[in-house]
Amino acid sequence: MVKPSRSYRVFQGVNGVVLTLVVLVTLYPFATILARSFSGERQIRAGEVALLPKGFNLTTYKIVFQDAMFWRNYGNTVLYTVVATAVAMVLTTCYAYVLSKKQLKGRGVLVGIAVFTMFFTGGLIPNYILVTSLGLKNSVWAIALPNAISVFNLLVMKAFFENLPTELEEAAQIDGLSTYGVLLRIVLPLSKAVVATMVLFYSVSFWNSWFSAFLYMDRTDLMPVTVYLRNLIQGATGGGNAGAGTEQLSQVGANIQSVTIVLTALPILCVYPFVQRYFVSGVMLGAVKG
Amino acid sequence: MSTSTTPAPPGTQDQPPARAAPRRGRRTPARTGWRRALRRDWQLYSLAILPLLFFLVFRYLPMIGNVIAFRRFEPGGSIFGEEWVGLRYVQMFLNDPTFWQVFRNTLWIGGLTLLFCFPVPIVLALLLNEVRRRSLKRFVQSVSYLPHFLSIVIVAGITMQMLASDGPVNHLLGWFGHEPVRFIQEPEWFRTIYVGSEIWQTAGWGTILYLAALTTIDEDLYEAARIDGANRWQQIWHVTLPGIRPTMVTLLILNIGTFMAVGFEKVLLLYNPLTYPTADVISTYVYRAGVESNSFSYAAAIGLFEAVIGLVLITSANQLSRRTVGTSLW
Repeated sequence: MVKPSRSYRVFQGVNGVVLTLVVLVTLYPFATILARSFSGERQIRAGEVALLPKGFNLTTYKIVFQDAMFWRNYGNTVLYTVVATAVAMVLTTCYAYVLSKKQLKGRGVLVGIAVFTMFFTGGLIPNYILVTSLGLKNSVWAIALPNAISVFNLLVMKAFFENLPTELEEAAQIDGLSTYGVLLRIVLPLSKAVVATMVLFYSVSFWNSWFSAFLYMDRTDLMPVTVYLRNLIQGATGGGNAGAGTEQLSQVGANIQSVTIVLTALPILCVYPFVQRYFVSGVMLGAVKG
Repeated sequence: MSTSTTPAPPGTQDQPPARAAPRRGRRTPARTGWRRALRRDWQLYSLAILPLLFFLVFRYLPMIGNVIAFRRFEPGGSIFGEEWVGLRYVQMFLNDPTFWQVFRNTLWIGGLTLLFCFPVPIVLALLLNEVRRRSLKRFVQSVSYLPHFLSIVIVAGITMQMLASDGPVNHLLGWFGHEPVRFIQEPEWFRTIYVGSEIWQTAGWGTILYLAALTTIDEDLYEAARIDGANRWQQIWHVTLPGIRPTMVTLLILNIGTFMAVGFEKVLLLYNPLTYPTADVISTYVYRAGVESNSFSYAAAIGLFEAVIGLVLITSANQLSRRTVGTSLW
């Protein structure tokens, strides 16, 4: 290698400092929220809590743990995530498999039908009216069905299927397997990697979503935990309508919010170190092939 | 089998030759092609039925449902409205001062987001690319992706906690003897807060594609540039940036396309009546007018206006980049 010049060494130093700052700025809010969740209300009010908890106590965790509505909503989140991901996987896999068959007549039209929806959508109001008049309100289908296929995920899966060796499928077909059989017994076992990635993509996005539940769920006991948290935040800032069951809690204040934030983010933070590289490779595959 | 032995009725036997000539020319191959494709691949086509139903019902039906912007809609009635009213709702929103306020706010927030959130990932990717130690590079990347994985509700919650009157930001201001600022309630702070939290949440994730693009640049180009006497900056300017230009253009087009649909959910979570003067955007206004006040047709008219502008923006950005840089989405 060429010997690094002096200015380059200076640049490396500055670069290190800048990137350290990026890391600190990204992590600092998490540290603060964590510290607040363990702190006393009085110490937070006084603005004493920064990086470390002051007046350490677990009272707030106890309060949240004893709130039946919190657990109810947490359970709803799990249920909605599982159901919506299952529906999304079935539909996306089927369509992606069909689209991956290059010799299929009318394939271009089928691709176009999907891709066009990336650039033009019906908009909030027609969607709202549709879901309402289909009678999906207050059911998990209001969350699962309107978001059953993400075109981005569809294209990633299609690209993966296209790269599978066709000889295997042809051989299986000659041995008497139907198309369904080929998909279930040959293609899917070969596609564990992409299936796992798609399950991750969908489940993280359904776990994180709040707006469809907020729109289509009228009852507090049907809300996912994200809407619970949203009501807590809105109630505390006086911005609007806190959910019926959370009014009392929002009086308690900042550490309740912090505890709820920590508990809602926890599952994601736990799986994050293991899943993020799948996300990265999935996004790159989608970008290159899409 | 049986059909071949059965004598055909006299009338039908004459007709085919008469029609066959024009048919065989154009239509017959296509039709039998379809018939054969259907017979051969019907199982594949059957797999597409449910997904197609999904697209039809939940994507295309709402597009057609936009006609309620020109028809009077009654709750409980047809989802396409009851009777034609022409451009009445369009005229209504064009004469509505609130509409023009939210229109301006949309342009402001969209413009600021484009201006600040688009370049940050590029700069970050260039900096990361210069890091020699792979473990360090991977660590910085993993940390900076993290906010992307959190629910927008959590991001909004964290933002509010950070900016609360007893939060760390005001704590810091206190050190300098500054009075606490009620950031969340002050209209003049909203745009800064929005763009700031957007950068925090998206900057790291945005670097992925640029880093991927950077790895595809040929090492020989750097070698050649060095031999020509280019220093580090000149190498970045003349080799690296042109190398990632297609990625930059693609992402810019996509950003321009979603320019009008500024982070609807985040605004909805972060704003409150006190900050409406700067925070209220077209989509949040549509939400309040439609879902909260039940003026569905009126809200749909505004929403359609927004969607059409979005479509026009993305097609013209695409055209422009195809003509000027030679890269385009389609």
